[in-house]
Amino acid sequence: MTTAQEQRGLHWFQALTGNAQPLDGLPASLRVADGELAGQAVRYLAVIADENNPFPRARNGEVGLLEGWGLAQAVDAAIEADRNSPHKRALIAIVDVPSQAYGRREEAYGIHQALAGAVDAYARARLAGHALIGLLVGKAMSGAFLAHGYQANRLIALRDSGVMVHAMGKAAAARITLRSVEELEALAAEVPPMAYDLDNYASLGLLADILDVQQVTQPTTADLSRVQEALSRALADIASAPRDLRSRLGATNRAASSQVRELLRAQW
Amino acid sequence: MADQNIQRLLAQRSFTELGARQRARALLDAGSFRELIDPFARLISPWLPKQGIVPQADDGVVVAKGLIDGQPAVIVAIEGAFQGGSLGEVGGAKIAGSLELAAEDNRNGIPTRAVLLLETGGVRLQEANLGLAAIAEIQSAIVELRQYQPVIGLVAGPVGCFGGMSIAAGLCSYLLVTREARLGLNGPQVIEQEAGLDEYDSRDRPFIWSLTGGEQRHASGLVDGYVADDVEAIRGELHSLFAQGKPETERSRRHAWFLERLRAVDTSVQADAAAVRSAYQGAQA
Repeated sequence: MTTAQEQRGLHWFQALTGNAQPLDGLPASLRVADGELAGQAVRYLAVIADENNPFPRARNGEVGLLEGWGLAQAVDAAIEADRNSPHKRALIAIVDVPSQAYGRREEAYGIHQALAGAVDAYARARLAGHALIGLLVGKAMSGAFLAHGYQANRLIALRDSGVMVHAMGKAAAARITLRSVEELEALAAEVPPMAYDLDNYASLGLLADILDVQQVTQPTTADLSRVQEALSRALADIASAPRDLRSRLGATNRAASSQVRELLRAQW
Repeated sequence: MADQNIQRLLAQRSFTELGARQRARALLDAGSFRELIDPFARLISPWLPKQGIVPQADDGVVVAKGLIDGQPAVIVAIEGAFQGGSLGEVGGAKIAGSLELAAEDNRNGIPTRAVLLLETGGVRLQEANLGLAAIAEIQSAIVELRQYQPVIGLVAGPVGCFGGMSIAAGLCSYLLVTREARLGLNGPQVIEQEAGLDEYDSRDRPFIWSLTGGEQRHASGLVDGYVADDVEAIRGELHSLFAQGKPETERSRRHAWFLERLRAVDTSVQADAAAVRSAYQGAQA
């Protein structure tokens, strides 16, 4: 069972938003609702499995055409609503996305453009001063994660083997790189950016926080408090930080990313 | 008549046949090309050698500063011949870092503009998560720079533009393609692997071009210009788009328009080129 089929995203959305009324007018595969956290207005966003999705390759929580453009709509609505307010509501992307949708309809109708719509809205929101947090409760895969979460000021993950960030599933990655799955796994054990586990990912410096919880698929009251505390800390941290993504730089396993930027600046 | 055609063909200079460095040089004003972190800087991938893959001294990305139509510019050219134009840590940071500095220039009153020559399969799987992270930063930087100056993407071929970088292409102020170009999120092999041969036959080249090729993308309004494989024609198109300035609304901001069209699509039947063209009629504002 995938983490999306376990409905981790939906369960965390329900726990975090309580009885808040979800926004309507969005595709059925999206859950979006407003709430309050640490005295601050917050919009929660999740992509969930929808077995009746009109696009058959996007029924298991994948980010497809409707999901990309729908996220864009929901985020853009927050930017518009807070345009003239000094208090920009925070956006919390609950991330449990097994992949982007792989299909003929998706490519034909330009899924790349739909995902660009979501990235565009999230990035503009961050630049406009909305705090943006990606809360990783399940899979955060490839294009799906780029569209939903990866533009965040801060990324927070739950410690669980089902929480996973990667560019491609193992079988496809093995085929594309002309290796067997076993060879791929052996290499992933040696090369941190290729690994599929959370600790190796954390070693790249991209996570702000990792949280231990009791029940990752169905949060307990204690789990919810722990996550809410971490989100509040992140919001306070973001309030006094730059609006770009530079807080992700600095890890030893990502030294070249900083070195390239320093050299570019020197030669610019 | 035949003579004229021959003369015209002789005067053309193919762009797609050029390597990344030559492409950047060809599009910048004569004599203005200056490469940053050139191959002699020897900033290679820290991850490829330990996997038995020979690295390249520029990691497959050329960053060049210079002038375009007399204005300060940076061109980022991806070398499709190295590892399929895939982005690893170093190449990805070169692109993100250049766009970040171009945005900083603009905040300081220097109107640096950017052109991205996209020839890429997306994330380099040998550096997976660092490629993906870099692409998120590239996307952020495009959205930031786009506020000040147009960011123009060009997919010339033969590799095309896929993966996370196709999303980056979708964020550009303007996107140009040639007939050789393909533009799509998922590479044909990956779709076939994930969804099966009936869904997507990666060996059926006419089928793939009919859905994701430059001509189809242009006819569906998913790109802004369809250019000949000719250096002068491409230079001319860049000059005219920069002269035009920023678009009123970038394509990636038009969620209401696209959602309305997608909701009207009959998804019980498979998609084909004609259906997409018809659904997206009037896409170009």
